[in-house]
Amino acid sequence: MNSGDTAWILVSTALVMLMTPGVALFYGGMVRKKNLISTLMMSFAVLALVSILWVVFGYTLAFGPDIAGFVGGLDFLGLKDVGMEATSYSIPDLLYMMFQGVFAVITVALITGAVVERIKFSTLMVFAVAWLALIYGPVAHWVWGGGWLAQLGALDFAGGTVVHINAGVSAAALVVLLGARKGLGREPMEPNNIPMVMLGAALLWFGWFGFNAGSSLGANGGAANAFVTTNTAAAAAALVWILLSWRTRKPTLLGAVTGAVAGLVAITPAAGFVSPMAAIAIGAVAAAVCYFAMNFKAKIGFDDSLDVMSVHGVGGIWGALATGIFANAAIGGVDGALAGNLGQLWNQIIAVGAVMAYSFIGTLAIGKILDKTMGLRVKELEEVVGLDLSQHGERAYGGIK
Amino acid sequence: MKKIEAIIREERLDAVKKALEEMGLIGMTVTEVSGRGQQKGIPLQWRVGEYRVDFLPKLKVEIVCHGDDCGAAVEAIMKAAKTGRIGDGKIFVLPVESAHRIRTGETGQAVI
Repeated sequence: MNSGDTAWILVSTALVMLMTPGVALFYGGMVRKKNLISTLMMSFAVLALVSILWVVFGYTLAFGPDIAGFVGGLDFLGLKDVGMEATSYSIPDLLYMMFQGVFAVITVALITGAVVERIKFSTLMVFAVAWLALIYGPVAHWVWGGGWLAQLGALDFAGGTVVHINAGVSAAALVVLLGARKGLGREPMEPNNIPMVMLGAALLWFGWFGFNAGSSLGANGGAANAFVTTNTAAAAAALVWILLSWRTRKPTLLGAVTGAVAGLVAITPAAGFVSPMAAIAIGAVAAAVCYFAMNFKAKIGFDDSLDVMSVHGVGGIWGALATGIFANAAIGGVDGALAGNLGQLWNQIIAVGAVMAYSFIGTLAIGKILDKTMGLRVKELEEVVGLDLSQHGERAYGGIK
Repeated sequence: MKKIEAIIREERLDAVKKALEEMGLIGMTVTEVSGRGQQKGIPLQWRVGEYRVDFLPKLKVEIVCHGDDCGAAVEAIMKAAKTGRIGDGKIFVLPVESAHRIRTGETGQAVI
């Protein structure tokens, strides 16, 4: 065990934990006043729920002994044999488990952005249990737990496929089942608090240093490289988004912070494999592709409400492919297409395609079953009144006094 | 007695307040309101694309004055609140039936 590494991963784990309340504020500011509590609650409840699920069965499904390349075995059920010693890395097994746990938490929280203002809270909670077991556990195992994509050599430094593509595509599947919010395109859906969105995005950016630089699993040069590429890509993407929105309208704060998140998403799989200069390119292109994806989504009337697919899905796909393009053996030990290793890009394409297909179909199936049994969407009247009152009996801002 | 309800731009409040003060009209009630006139709201920007805000924020200034003062007060508000651009607001004058001061129980003209 190495105490320096352990200290850094303890801090990184705490940083990543803070990203989920960050997501809550990021999403919360963008919805209408009557759905603010509901939107915040989705992330916060997921933080509590998945924290428990992870230690009980999530960790073992992702990181238990490999079963046919598909899922982890149940050896670590209830954290059996996951102890204070360091057996696989230079940090305690328990700490590695917890670091991975906060990733699982935020992945589920990300999905909620697509279904705000209309999903039934109780059904969402049951969905989280099924989704963690059937989708997140296996996908994390494929990529990080020694499963088939890991064996193939697909790269995902900090979660481009496991977290972002997985969340984005699953969110899109839920939108297919749920449909659009009542009044979309006809009624104004003004964000209730853009400063809150910026606070949330800033917490995400800050937490992302733990997400990416922590994924080197040590206090070392790789962590430093990931730290620099993360900040650089976010900055490049924020600037490009500002320029893009300026081209047609005005530079908005909402756009600037969205650009930053798109850059952070795209650099995630690449952070430990590429140089800071490549990070500028990855961030800049991420802003452009997410911007145009968002435009396209709006045009076809697909109510991925807070752009989980347009930012995390599309940004994650670009990031995973960019890893195969820009990877540099001098940094992360693997070369990408630009250094002549086309095979790496091919591996990335397989990983993207497999995760997209599995999460979309799997989530569609889980969602369909829940829709038939519990009901996925709130009643029309409840939606009109707002989910704060109809689901939680609470409102964000008090009345007189 | 008459009541003047003036819907004005937020940024003209100080000028309106000063103009009324100069006439000796101190008491007033100010409320944040939202509404729309001929211009029908404004477009704001989302991350991509726009959405329309139908109701714009304005202030409503309410004062009650003696019949004789009212014309001058309306003139004063009109002058102080005017910018000449669309969205300057409107003034309504209403009759008032009675007035009561809660602290002393006085009624009528003495109250205002």
